[in-house]
Amino acid sequence: MRLYLGVDLGSTTSKAVLVDDDERVVGRGITNTRSNYDVAVEIARRDAMTDARLALALRLLGRDGHAVAEAFWVESDLHRLEALRQTCRATASAIPGEGPRLAPAVDVILARMADEGSTLFNATARSRGSFFRDIVSARFHALAEEQCARSGVDFERVLGIYDRAILDAENQLLDLPFVDVFAASVDRAGLHGERREAAIAVGREVAHAAFDVAGFVGTGYGRARLPFPRDCIRSEILCHGLGAHAMLPATRTVLDIGGQDTKAIQVDERGLVTSFQMNDRCAAGCGRYLGYIADELSLGLHELGPLALTSKRPSRITSTCTVFAGTEIRDLLAVGEKREDVLSGLHRAIITRAMSLLARSGGVTDQLTFTGGVARNQAAVNALGDMVKAHYGPRTINVHTDSIYTGALGAALFARRGVPAEDLPDAKKECHGCG
Amino acid sequence: MIKKEPSMDAQKDLLAGYFARLGRAKDEGRPVVYTFVPGNLVELMAAFDVAPVYPEVNALQSAMRQRSSGFIREAERGGHSEDVCSYVKCDLGMLAKGNVGPTGDTIPPPDLLLLSFTGCFTFMKWFELLREQYDCEVAMLHVPYVGDGVVTAAMRAYVVEQLQREVIPKLEKVTGKRLDLDKLRAQLARSRQAEEDLAWVFKSARHRPSPIDAYFGGVYYIGPIFTSFRGSEDACRYYAMLRGEVEERLAAGLGPITPEGSLGDEKFRLVVEGPPNWTSFRDFWKIFYDEGAVCVASTYTQVGGTYERGFRHDPANPLESLADYCLSCYTNLPLPQRSRILADMVKEYEADGFVIHSVKSCNSFSAGQLHMLREVERLTGVPGGFIESDLVDARYYGQANIKNRIESYLQMLHARRTGGSVPPPPRPERVHLEVVP
Repeated sequence: MRLYLGVDLGSTTSKAVLVDDDERVVGRGITNTRSNYDVAVEIARRDAMTDARLALALRLLGRDGHAVAEAFWVESDLHRLEALRQTCRATASAIPGEGPRLAPAVDVILARMADEGSTLFNATARSRGSFFRDIVSARFHALAEEQCARSGVDFERVLGIYDRAILDAENQLLDLPFVDVFAASVDRAGLHGERREAAIAVGREVAHAAFDVAGFVGTGYGRARLPFPRDCIRSEILCHGLGAHAMLPATRTVLDIGGQDTKAIQVDERGLVTSFQMNDRCAAGCGRYLGYIADELSLGLHELGPLALTSKRPSRITSTCTVFAGTEIRDLLAVGEKREDVLSGLHRAIITRAMSLLARSGGVTDQLTFTGGVARNQAAVNALGDMVKAHYGPRTINVHTDSIYTGALGAALFARRGVPAEDLPDAKKECHGCG
Repeated sequence: MIKKEPSMDAQKDLLAGYFARLGRAKDEGRPVVYTFVPGNLVELMAAFDVAPVYPEVNALQSAMRQRSSGFIREAERGGHSEDVCSYVKCDLGMLAKGNVGPTGDTIPPPDLLLLSFTGCFTFMKWFELLREQYDCEVAMLHVPYVGDGVVTAAMRAYVVEQLQREVIPKLEKVTGKRLDLDKLRAQLARSRQAEEDLAWVFKSARHRPSPIDAYFGGVYYIGPIFTSFRGSEDACRYYAMLRGEVEERLAAGLGPITPEGSLGDEKFRLVVEGPPNWTSFRDFWKIFYDEGAVCVASTYTQVGGTYERGFRHDPANPLESLADYCLSCYTNLPLPQRSRILADMVKEYEADGFVIHSVKSCNSFSAGQLHMLREVERLTGVPGGFIESDLVDARYYGQANIKNRIESYLQMLHARRTGGSVPPPPRPERVHLEVVP
């Protein structure tokens, strides 16, 4: 199978999308962007390849395929959890004096988490947009509190070990043989007898399916860091335009609010960019701003939107400057404004800034598709809907459930369109089924 | 190793010589006149043998030598806000730190502040601030704003009258000399000769490939003629030399010279509006030439004279000619005409696109540029690109952001040209990327 890979190395998340000759999405992968961009991209790419194989398996296995695919990701995360456990052990043991006392405490916590694997790493946890690190960190903190209270081990020391180890663990590239992980997933999914045998056989078959990456394009905030040739790098502005248009062909305007920048993009009926505007050097009002707000309020990023939606009376926010965000929030809370009202006001302030870029790019004349991490925040989506209606009249605002993959999809489509049919290779690569 | 041509060394020597002479001006008994680039009356000043000082040139030269940030901080410590024109703050900061110019020569205090007001309101405030500092004569030449794009006889007469009643008498007062009209005519004749060569150089960009970059290279080309050398023998020699070099490049089919050598593959032809960023000038330029983008025309190279569009000083009508020069400076033109000039250049130079570089701290020039963007798009059918930074305030320049915008813009132009297809990427085997799953 000929595949085309699009990689979007964003400041917050790294995404990979694979499309086939017919521009159908066959695999996707996503991970949090770390200090090590290369690893993040490689993890996303491998996950996309694995996803493509699981999609094949799903086609062959029908209903059982769903359970196996879900179990597959649980198995993968458990392998990473095991890597974390080994790293924690080594980190704790290296501490002079206290090591022997700390190591077992940390080990007990991680063993409990491994036992909870099926629920800890299930599809619901993933659907909240949480990554391995988010899921594991939250649970580790909770269990560490219990364990330390029980055993008298210093909580801060245990957390210190974890904090060092998680960085190493999440930056490890695990070479997990697809066939083996798939087989374990079949058992985890509870398949028995003939259904089990059939599933195992499918696992072997898809593991050896020949995937030939015939073209690839990288994009995103960190695209210059991708180990791709210059010709294979595209601006995320073009990729978001093309990706959004591919997802929702009536799209004529794209608003992308990512971690570091905000872009207003106009596209034509082919998805090609005709005009764009983006924020200048100052990243006020971008996704990172919400991250700071969440930290300031000791909330998770995903909690901001729902809380803002409960507001009856949004506060008036004067600045979307990330530097002044903390000061402004503290000032407002100090004079008695409710948290939800402040948050609602903040969301409106972000969208007000985006509206200026939209106007500068040419306005909203038809369907607008909202992409980027902030598009997953319903309070931001509502504020955008209100303001677009007020400025331009009734307009359709689209937020695709897979909007996080928009840039990577656009990149994959550029990769597909960059390879003329006659140049496509006939020779299939021999796959080693390592997932 | 930065690649250079002889004219570049000649230009550098001219500038160094200018600052060195300036440092000696007081010792040599030459009165010093501060004035601004747009609408400068350098031929008139030369006829009186005064030493001209251009504060905005000092600022940009300081920025190119990474000295502007310290001057700006100094001015801000003195109470000037972040939003004030960074040329102004750079100059005031330099003054506060002893008025040592970009080359290390001390800039002498003025005997006369000669303000020829051509569209920038801040210039007026700037000299008001300098007037506070220096106990010296001030001459104000009010050049009427060419609001509807047409220089009228009344406007010309108004400027000539001010030259006769205000500017020339003040120059006579500070120099103790009478105006030598023949000397002025000789200056203007030499200006005309240099202007002819410079205009030819800029027009050479109509060829494919263009032998020059009319923006990044252009700012070097305009240096002598926009400042103290117009009307001098030095300028005539420099522009003849420059023209000769460009003729050779043209004959050899070479692209523009960049700091990394001749640009081999002209992929995009662009028109640029707005001054460059000076604090990261080389990095800014690199963004363009790395992508094979050549600036074939720019409006910034017309702020000190619209030679490309046909203006020439006229020795037969010296004062009227000076008036026309001031009136027709690009900074003195209204938005519709600026848009038309840009649109005309896009067509004349067969540009693929145009880029507006908006300057954060320059309200008088940047206001209305988004409107211009849409208007030029309407007039040409060519999409425009928009970037923002500053003249000499390094804090407003973001290399990654500007690179992202320019690259995106050029890819957008390319996608439009090819209907969405992209060049075939290399086969994965040729690069470091694991393809076996």
